[in-house]
Amino acid sequence: MARNVSTGRKIGTTALAWFVGLVIFFPILWTFLTSFKTELQAISIPPVFVGFDWTLENYQTIQTQSNYFHFMANSIYLSLGSTALGLIVAVPAAWAMAFSPTKRTKDILLWMLSTKMLPAVGVLIPVYLMFIKFGLLDSRLGLIVVLFLINLPIIVWMLYTYFKEIPGEILEAARMDGASLRKEITQVLAPMAVPGIASTVLLNVILSWNEAFWTLNLTTSNAAPLTAFIASFSSPQGNFYAKLSAASMLAIAPILIVGWFSQKQLVRGLTFGAVK
Amino acid sequence: MGQIHLEKVRKTFGDVVIIPDLDLQIEDGEFVVFVGPSGCGKSTLLRLIAGLEDVTGGKIVIDGKDATTLPPAKRGLAMVFQSYALYPHMSVRKNIAFPLKMAGMDKAEIDRRVDYAAKTLNLDNYIDRRPGQLSGGQRQRVAIGRAIVREPKAFLFDEPLSNLDAALRVGMRLEISELHQRLKTTMVYVTHDQVEAMTMADKIVVLRAGNIEQVGSPLELYTAPRNTFVAGFIGSPKMNLLGGAEAAKYQAATMGVRPEHIRLSTTDGAWKGTVKVSEHLGSDTFLHVESPVHDEPLTVRAGGEFPVHAGDVVYLTPQEDKIHRFDDKGLAIKGNGRATG
Repeated sequence: MARNVSTGRKIGTTALAWFVGLVIFFPILWTFLTSFKTELQAISIPPVFVGFDWTLENYQTIQTQSNYFHFMANSIYLSLGSTALGLIVAVPAAWAMAFSPTKRTKDILLWMLSTKMLPAVGVLIPVYLMFIKFGLLDSRLGLIVVLFLINLPIIVWMLYTYFKEIPGEILEAARMDGASLRKEITQVLAPMAVPGIASTVLLNVILSWNEAFWTLNLTTSNAAPLTAFIASFSSPQGNFYAKLSAASMLAIAPILIVGWFSQKQLVRGLTFGAVK
Repeated sequence: MGQIHLEKVRKTFGDVVIIPDLDLQIEDGEFVVFVGPSGCGKSTLLRLIAGLEDVTGGKIVIDGKDATTLPPAKRGLAMVFQSYALYPHMSVRKNIAFPLKMAGMDKAEIDRRVDYAAKTLNLDNYIDRRPGQLSGGQRQRVAIGRAIVREPKAFLFDEPLSNLDAALRVGMRLEISELHQRLKTTMVYVTHDQVEAMTMADKIVVLRAGNIEQVGSPLELYTAPRNTFVAGFIGSPKMNLLGGAEAAKYQAATMGVRPEHIRLSTTDGAWKGTVKVSEHLGSDTFLHVESPVHDEPLTVRAGGEFPVHAGDVVYLTPQEDKIHRFDDKGLAIKGNGRATG
């Protein structure tokens, strides 16, 4: 049923939406602008908005000071590796929970999610000690496992809600038609769940890409991803805001581009379960 | 061949008994309809036969072989689901071909069978469309096509028409009946609609709370219901069931008479009453008559143009030879009470 909304109200809400959008976007915009300023302009008061001498100097300096592509390669390894591992475990898990639930399924799902409520720092020391013991410090493999585990509850939850929307009768029909368990999952379930799996993958890649706590604490250089790359421009060198901004822009650029082109999938992923 | 024998089949979910020990014989080529109110276990029974649920106890024998623990695909049965359960990402052709592909049949044979099924079901023009682009009736035909191509021992239908609109339902009902005439394959059909059961079945199985109330041909159930439940369930509109003094006149705890077996008069008769509602269907008129002999309105069928309106006084006389008598347990008593009394 259409509601009558006056033009004035439409303009008002549109303006409000733009305002909120700009407030959220402002830090990124400011970082982007700062990355093209000189260090002096970056900290000048009052701040300059666009009327400064645009320069690529910061980006050049960064390239000479550290190897951006080394960090980026690590970020790609970590996000894709942890996501792939996550899918291998989560697809069968979510399939079982969605189509053969038991009395405890809901409890298990909640328990899985509850692990996300534990502050990460609470388990830093045990995890750190284990990494030393197994020689995993500053290794990609170790980090892939940690990122996979911390995001697993989210992957299982997302896939579970998508699978729930698939009518069980279709899988039963496949069973009647003689499909084996493997064919039931690969030829019937997976193709129907492609949009859901895609947005799960996307969200998980972004979460892993942006994860900073574990990647900073468990790496030094060899396995360090872009989060460490940004950090390396903040702490040791003090307040070089322009260079720090340039580093940040380089770090978020790939994921920003991926995110921009997959907005539709992403919105569905982020509001999963909220709308049918 | 398509014989299905159920021996002491039992199904429980935890402490809840869905089907207590149940025996049933379905013979080759029969069209058997399971009918009953919702929650009577008819769908569960079908799913047990299909192998989609495991039995808690008892045996399911298909064509003389024990199939109790066989997985669904190994039972040689095909099922048509209420929601059609088509594969949405596959074309009509691929949907119909899917069971044959799973069976590892060679491509030429698959194509031959799919083309034949599509032609019989008038689907040739839609063969490359996805299920989402088809109407409800067409989807239903694809689901039937997918079942036919396997040449199964028996077809299982789980309320296949309940998602279709009324006009389409009558058409599909005829199509399924014709299909049965042509293929002569055993069909087991679940519905809550007694009209579907009456029109399609060779044999109706009336279920209530997992128990078989009566098994028989449509006419047997209509003329000789075994108890008050079957009497009230089969036939439309429902049989009038009266207790008290009226039933006592026939030496019964309950007496029943169908709306079509009551003579109607404006001048004299056994029961006097006032018309509460009259439903004119054109061919028939159904009157709901309030009468002191029963606390609920009695339903009476009159001719299409019977001139009565709400508030009119009418007289009703049940046809003596069409009266059903039931004892205090609700079971039918043979014979007519008046004749012996």
